[in-house]
Amino acid sequence: MTTVIDKNALIQEVLDAYPDKAKKIRAKHLNVTEADASDCGVKSNKKSVPGVMTTRGCAYAGAKGVVWGPVKDMIHLSHGPVGCGYYSWSGRRNYYIGTTGIDTFGTMQFTSDFQERDIVFGGDKKLDKLIDELEVLFPLSQGITIESECPVGLIGDDIEAVSKKKAKETGKPVIPVRCEGFRGVSQSLGHHIANDTVRDWVMPKADEYRKLPDGFEPGPYDVNIIGDYNIGGDAWPSRRLLEAIGLRVICQFSGDGTFNEVVMTPLAKLNLIHCYRSMNYICRFMEEKYGIGWLEYNFFGPTQIAYSLRKIAAQFDETIQANAEKVIAEHEARMQAITAKYRPRLEGKEVMMMVGGLRPRHVIPAFTDLGMKVIGTGYEFGHGDDYKRTAEYVAEGTIIYDDVSGFEFEELAKKLKPDLIAAGIKEKYVFQKMALPFRQMHSWDYSGPYHGYEGFEVFARDMDLAINNPTWDLITAPWNS
Amino acid sequence: MTNNTNPQVPEQTTDPGKIQDHFDLFHTDTYQDLFEYKRQFEGAHSPEKIQEIAEWTKTWDYREKNFAREALTINPAKACQPLGSLFVASGFEGTLPYSHGSQGCVAYFRTHLTRNYKEPFQAVSSSMTEDAAVFGGLNNLKQGLQNAYELYKPKMIALCTTCMAEVIGDDIGAFIQTTKNEELIPADLPVPSAHTPSFVGSHITGYDNMLISILKTLTEGKKAESSNGKFNFNLGFDPYVGNIRELKRILGLFGIDYTILSDNSDTFDSPNTGEFKMYNGLTTLEEAGDSINAEGSFFFQKYTTPKTQEYIAKEWGQKTYNFRPFGIKGTDEFLMALSAITGKAIPLELQQERGRAVDALTDSQAWIHGKRIALYGDPDHVFGLTQFLLEMGAEPLHIVVTNSNPEFEAELREVLTNNPYGQGATIWGKKDLWHLRSLMFTEPVDLLIGNSYGKYLWRDTKTPLVRIGYPIFDRHHLHRYPTLGYQGAINQFNWIINTILEELDRNTIIPAKTDISFDLIR
Repeated sequence: MTTVIDKNALIQEVLDAYPDKAKKIRAKHLNVTEADASDCGVKSNKKSVPGVMTTRGCAYAGAKGVVWGPVKDMIHLSHGPVGCGYYSWSGRRNYYIGTTGIDTFGTMQFTSDFQERDIVFGGDKKLDKLIDELEVLFPLSQGITIESECPVGLIGDDIEAVSKKKAKETGKPVIPVRCEGFRGVSQSLGHHIANDTVRDWVMPKADEYRKLPDGFEPGPYDVNIIGDYNIGGDAWPSRRLLEAIGLRVICQFSGDGTFNEVVMTPLAKLNLIHCYRSMNYICRFMEEKYGIGWLEYNFFGPTQIAYSLRKIAAQFDETIQANAEKVIAEHEARMQAITAKYRPRLEGKEVMMMVGGLRPRHVIPAFTDLGMKVIGTGYEFGHGDDYKRTAEYVAEGTIIYDDVSGFEFEELAKKLKPDLIAAGIKEKYVFQKMALPFRQMHSWDYSGPYHGYEGFEVFARDMDLAINNPTWDLITAPWNS
Repeated sequence: MTNNTNPQVPEQTTDPGKIQDHFDLFHTDTYQDLFEYKRQFEGAHSPEKIQEIAEWTKTWDYREKNFAREALTINPAKACQPLGSLFVASGFEGTLPYSHGSQGCVAYFRTHLTRNYKEPFQAVSSSMTEDAAVFGGLNNLKQGLQNAYELYKPKMIALCTTCMAEVIGDDIGAFIQTTKNEELIPADLPVPSAHTPSFVGSHITGYDNMLISILKTLTEGKKAESSNGKFNFNLGFDPYVGNIRELKRILGLFGIDYTILSDNSDTFDSPNTGEFKMYNGLTTLEEAGDSINAEGSFFFQKYTTPKTQEYIAKEWGQKTYNFRPFGIKGTDEFLMALSAITGKAIPLELQQERGRAVDALTDSQAWIHGKRIALYGDPDHVFGLTQFLLEMGAEPLHIVVTNSNPEFEAELREVLTNNPYGQGATIWGKKDLWHLRSLMFTEPVDLLIGNSYGKYLWRDTKTPLVRIGYPIFDRHHLHRYPTLGYQGAINQFNWIINTILEELDRNTIIPAKTDISFDLIR
């Protein structure tokens, strides 16, 4: 299975199992990269095919679970019935420092637990009362976001009016996030909606809400980390690197972030964005409104870390550039020792990936640093601009699958026989039953961090322990071999 | 405070074996300094203020305010209907669970079940979006059923609704019929369906609603003249695959012919053979269809299956029995009834097991006698556990059931009132785990029993936690053990007693201070 033609034939074979209409739709989402392509040649950000196992979530998941949820000192209310909040409770490993239930609320579930009467009579009164109760029980919270679930939008509640009223009464931000699950085709619209609430409900009052640190003066090296959710602590090694080259990180939005940091963002000189998909919107807004530039970076694996550090440093003066070189040089020996240890165990191993956000492209160079090869990749909820950005990372002959269905992914894996699959929890055990080594790349399989130099060490170890797990040799009973 | 503008020299060794991950990396000085430095931008409250409020949340004053809330729910111990619906459906042969509504829900259900069992869980949805919100979900359902049928070749599709479909009022019965009339799926494909909005009941309600629909669909026209000589058994929303296997072993020892209504023991614990099998539900459609002709039906979760039981009693004219084969007495009652109903003697092997279980309890009971316990979970789950605790001489103190109902509370209250160890117990129906936090601070207990979410209460109140229930995300393989029968009693007892002993060790570990009681033999 080496040529582009072979792989295109394989895609056709997989598609043949669908009814005609679904086949026609899905055909547009699968492709094989050709040499020098500037795009991956797939359609994206379209409705999933009904009845087919998609890995996608919904707008609520994108807004509450991703963008707002990790802002640690606010209360994020799942507004509607109990389920959505329950299932998204503590699921994403957004690490934070704080006293939960007192000044931070990251691993708690707050819900209005709609009952039938709330559907019939509307939930606005309940919401109003509930915010008073929150104020009594959690006086140190720095604000509230209201993530609306499907029924709230369908019954026509006016959560914006309630929010305005309660913000006035409590003197704290109360932010309505219209992220009902039926909006859009995936969690992606939820990211966008959440970004828009920052634009509309937070930024206009940023000066009023902001608490400046003692003696704070805006400086030439002030930057924000945008779109790092601190899964397994990712944002911390990233922050450490940026500070090591002499920048001052004044905000993490949103992993381990606070509301105050969010309102600090307009004071920075540059937005450094890791997950482009989920937070490019607010970066674009800040560029337009405040003239703050933004830059994407990739802190997976030493090659990209060095590249990104230089790219970031190039935005600043020679001191920063010299610092960047120094930091890169300081880590070189250690990185060589890591690759020297792990590369012989991983050389030539082939990987198929399917995740969300930025990972389907950003992780590829980290695999390459270990001598591994990504032969298939795709996004759960990517857009055209993600696939454009992916083109520079993938080699000719890489299979690209957008919103891949469980069926397609399984069939492709059966034929391509990769040495490792890197996707999410819903896929993990399917492939492990096929005796295919697997790592969860949403949650780092409860490991991490994977960002930064320390993160690469953990990444290298984890890929080794997945692929070279001796239990794979136990699957076939000796009497059957 | 870190001098932030100078490059930091990395704390690194060249030994590639020394890799620090999140468990230790962030405890290092470098990261502790980083956290301290970051704090200036956080706009945080002073440590004194945080401490003051933290102490206040432990008081009776806070408890009163906490219990006064009417609109807000915090950390509830309940999920929503479709989860139970998908769960029960997955125990039937070749059955694809299908959720009609927005796709986000099914992603959550699959994730939640997968995290508990560490097994694949396959289910699909109609992927409804704004257009369906306006025009209804008929087109989504037609296409969805056709695609699901052609792609996954199920023998049955068990369809439940989500909030969205319920609020817009989709007539799923009619939609399924239309799909069949248009020959998008075969007319004889069983497609049981259930209305399961998240704003009514909880996951146990969804379990009941789907079970009744599956049984109705599969047994239609199958009523025979005479009984098939079998008995039906249903375990309810029981997360322990070990329980179904243990029940089957017990029935095998008796020599009773049986049908398990929803046997998902392989769905949630299938062998790794190097090949992925999509469907592992063990109750065949034929068996389920013939369940209408059984001698009677046994249910182990009374409050999870009220409608199903009513249906079976009324429509099938079948006897239904409720038993809780948990702990010694619960198992005794079940076995005696089973023996009386079937006319078969209680097998010697089970009698010996009983003796061994009682022996184990007697050997260790002293360590649990008089211990004050907080527990929470589904009504039936809590019921079995409470009875078991009472027969060990433990004293349940706070019993929290978010998805409670008055009938359950009355029945449990009677059990507690009639038992010397149940005198101090209070039942907190419709309350959540944030209420429980207040209860545990104001009236402390020795032990907490519940699912993984209890670890936050363990951290805050320092009360040792025994993980029993659903979901359990942070401990592995517990679902493989039975908790029912005499074997199950030993397993639960083992978890409880050894947690108490662990705690004793932890409390007697400081050299020259507390370790006078750091005994080798306990």
